[in-house]
Amino acid sequence: MTDSVFLSLAQTSMFELLAPTPPGWGGNLVRGFINSIGIGVGAFALGLVIGIGGAFGKLYGGPVRRDLLQVYTTLIRAVPELVLILLIYFAVPDLINRLLETLGYGRIDVSGPMAGIVALGFVQGAYATEVLRGAILAVPQGQIEAGRAFGMNPRMLMRRITLPAMLPFAIPGLANLWLVAFKGTALLAVVGFNELTLETRQAAGTTKAYFTFFMAAGVLYLLLTLISNVLIGRVEHWARRGRQPIAESR
Amino acid sequence: MAYFTTVAANCRPFARLEPHRVVLIVIGLVLITAAAVFMRWDWLADYYMLAIAGLWRSIWILIVTCVFGFVLALPLGLAQVVGPSWLSLPAKAFCTVIRGTPLLLQIWLLYYGLGSLFPQYPWIRESDIWPLVRQAWPYAVLALTLSFAGYVGEVMRGAFAGVPSGQLEAGRAFGMNRWKLFRRVWLPQAIHKALPTLAGETVMQLKSTPLVATITVVDLYAVSARVRQDTLVIYEPLLLLALTYMVLTGLLVWIFSRIEARIPVRVG
Repeated sequence: MTDSVFLSLAQTSMFELLAPTPPGWGGNLVRGFINSIGIGVGAFALGLVIGIGGAFGKLYGGPVRRDLLQVYTTLIRAVPELVLILLIYFAVPDLINRLLETLGYGRIDVSGPMAGIVALGFVQGAYATEVLRGAILAVPQGQIEAGRAFGMNPRMLMRRITLPAMLPFAIPGLANLWLVAFKGTALLAVVGFNELTLETRQAAGTTKAYFTFFMAAGVLYLLLTLISNVLIGRVEHWARRGRQPIAESR
Repeated sequence: MAYFTTVAANCRPFARLEPHRVVLIVIGLVLITAAAVFMRWDWLADYYMLAIAGLWRSIWILIVTCVFGFVLALPLGLAQVVGPSWLSLPAKAFCTVIRGTPLLLQIWLLYYGLGSLFPQYPWIRESDIWPLVRQAWPYAVLALTLSFAGYVGEVMRGAFAGVPSGQLEAGRAFGMNRWKLFRRVWLPQAIHKALPTLAGETVMQLKSTPLVATITVVDLYAVSARVRQDTLVIYEPLLLLALTYMVLTGLLVWIFSRIEARIPVRVG
């Protein structure tokens, strides 16, 4: 009986299953992969914007804004991403539509990818706030004071001094966040968005070749992680130009 | 001129109740009361037994996977620091693969992949492990354990490498054998160094446990999903779920801070 297993596995070979055109499922996987990357990039970018605002607000904002941001980062980081994604996924379109109805407009459909980006980006923002806050604090504060002494206004100070100077301290944390954002897109499978993990499960469920497809998806995820690591290393090298290597300064 | 506040102003003790903080706390209490009064909580009476069982299952999965994952992480970390290449390379590859792929994918790979493979072998169906592999929770525990081991293995690699070699040499000079040296000097100091990171990883693990609900393990999250399906109440179960996870996270952080406080630290 045991060889019937291998027979059923061998009937359609791995390469036929992964072929890019139907009846192969490779095209679906690649489409899901591209969706995942798009959502990941969008969520990371949104998180970065929230994070920059949050970090500056936490450091230079008034007492109320600081406390509210503290509540935001603490609550978001204490609750599972899956729960937050569900909450935001349900709540955001609902709130928008209620707002539109009270204003007298018709309902709109918030697209799946958009809700996903908002949900993941909102979560990313809390982590990015903490990473960037730490990075800003790691900048020798005399540099920022010097900029202020030259009469730079806050915008110019941020653009010319704080952001470039904090970059080397922020990149390891941000790199980690990017990988978390990309892997976090898999959670959108639970709410039914067609990213790589859900496409994989559909393909696997139809063909019953579970190992083949989940392994293939794993390879795709891993590939992007490894490529990201190489690119991030280069960016970090660039951001650290003119500084001591970490190993020696330790 | 809030713009000129210094960093020291950020570090004011949290306990001091400034006027704006009192106002914020009052607003928060009003919001919570409004949620308790105006939202629908009538489903709670029917589901609280199920919720407690789910909570217990979540905590149980967390504890089991963290303990087993940590035990697995020690050789993974050690192999990468002192192991020969035939040990360190597989350990490194394992950590990279685990950390480079989503946990959800790993859980589904084990559940659907292994789960579809086992029933095809008659000798498994006749053996004693058959009742076990027919259920979903062994796959959930296995996947979460491996994931925790992968992440913590990387942490322990850094921690083992960070113990000063003089400490190990001192131990060797006292005539300790390898095992005793590991148990009395190397491991305690590595754990001490890694404790804050371990606390973070454990909180991450807690936040990963709801993923087991996707393979039909009835944990706390699954109970809330069931309430949503049965009663069509969307927000209330999710908010209560979020609150419960916040309390659990707070508890974990508190426990770890207690452990950290027990380790004497010499401030130079």
